[in-house]
Amino acid sequence: MSPTDTVPPTEQGAFMSVRGLRKSFGANQVLRGIDLDLRPGKVVVLIGPSGSGKTTVLRSLNGLETPDAGVISVPTASLTLDFEASPTRKERDPLRDLSAMVFQHHNLFPHLTAIENVIAGPVWVHGVPRAQAIAEAEALLARVGLSEKRDVYPAELSGGQQQRLGIVRALALKPAMLLFDEPTSALDPELVGEVLLVMKKLADEGWTMVVVTHELSFAKEVADTVLFLDGGVVVEQGPPREIFAAPKEVRTARFLDRILNPFTSPDPEAE
Amino acid sequence: MSEFQLALDSVLPIALAAISGTIPLSIVSFILGLIIALWVALARLSGNRVLSGFARGYISIIRGTPLLVQLFVIFYGLPSLGLVIDPWPSAVVAFSLNVGGYAAEVIRAAILSIPKGQWEAAYTVGMSRGQALRRIILPQASRVAVPPLSNTFISLVKDTSLASLILVTELFRKAQEIAAPTREFMTLYLTAAVIYWVICFVLSLGQNQLEKRLDRYVAH
Repeated sequence: MSPTDTVPPTEQGAFMSVRGLRKSFGANQVLRGIDLDLRPGKVVVLIGPSGSGKTTVLRSLNGLETPDAGVISVPTASLTLDFEASPTRKERDPLRDLSAMVFQHHNLFPHLTAIENVIAGPVWVHGVPRAQAIAEAEALLARVGLSEKRDVYPAELSGGQQQRLGIVRALALKPAMLLFDEPTSALDPELVGEVLLVMKKLADEGWTMVVVTHELSFAKEVADTVLFLDGGVVVEQGPPREIFAAPKEVRTARFLDRILNPFTSPDPEAE
Repeated sequence: MSEFQLALDSVLPIALAAISGTIPLSIVSFILGLIIALWVALARLSGNRVLSGFARGYISIIRGTPLLVQLFVIFYGLPSLGLVIDPWPSAVVAFSLNVGGYAAEVIRAAILSIPKGQWEAAYTVGMSRGQALRRIILPQASRVAVPPLSNTFISLVKDTSLASLILVTELFRKAQEIAAPTREFMTLYLTAAVIYWVICFVLSLGQNQLEKRLDRYVAH
């Protein structure tokens, strides 16, 4: 399977553009005007300290959060959502249907077997014939090395297997874009690699991806663009080699230093 | 005739009354009650103030008044408003409304016990709220709800003895009918008690089986 089966033809310019995204939870302003352009086949990685708003941005892209203001437009799908106009759920559903989400805590359906998890969306929602959905799901499971786990419940899988199954569930929806919300943060360190490897393969195949992660090595290796968020704004963005080698903003440099050199960076409590 | 012989002789007619009265009355009322309870629970969980207010009021009335009074209002009270209902349907109405009130809270709690991530995952694979509820949330909630709902069902089986007071021929009324002429109250009522216990014992075995089946996907 290649994403060109499902992704609208590549165009010059953005597949999705986001302008002026704002969101508050009570008095807490989480997003203070986020702009973002996603290009077809490109991987955007969002990094930043916790509370910076990166997860909220990601969740806004497929309707799990409804921003208070801002515009998301997808020219190829003739979709423009102006959140100031409080679009109804029905108006927001097309945005959701463009993408598929891989969650930090996988959120697999525990009462369904691996393959049932994968075909749930295609069969129950999108009306794909069961036999066809199963055949496609088996092919996807094989690609991530889970063929033998076909009829196993999620609770019997390791953390890395659960997350790979989560990725397969997302792929089965044939989305135009894949969203990853800290997909490896809840995993034991030795299980992180197998998940990142699958994600790298997908990037190499040309999927359009947005990834929130703390895995800077993944960002360096796979991202086309890295966005550093802090305090609900995009502080800095650019290709990974620029961001990591020569950050322009002090906040970016400090954040990277804290992660890359936890013992030698200045003690924030001593400042 | 010895008391023991009387007890033995009365087991069959009382058991038959259980099979023709108590058991169908319990099953029909429980099923109808669960249907009521599901809708009342959903009404309480809905954001709609009128609906959830109505559900709260209903639960409050059912839980705040004796079942016997509810039964008498329906059977003896409603005729004064021109609504005469036969004993059996009266009992079914009273018991299912009663189960509806109690089980609604059980079902509501079970639905709330399912993590929000399950709703979100259902949403992201394209499901509507109704689909998410039916396919994802309720199957998981049912596992949580089985033990407390089994309690409700077992209570109901015993509560159906109240129907004897509105002339429904069920287990307890049969025991009374045999006891009256013989005046062997102790023997007959103990016999009735044993039969209730046997029914409830079988039900709790069924509960165990059901829990095991619903537990199949949980890690051990």
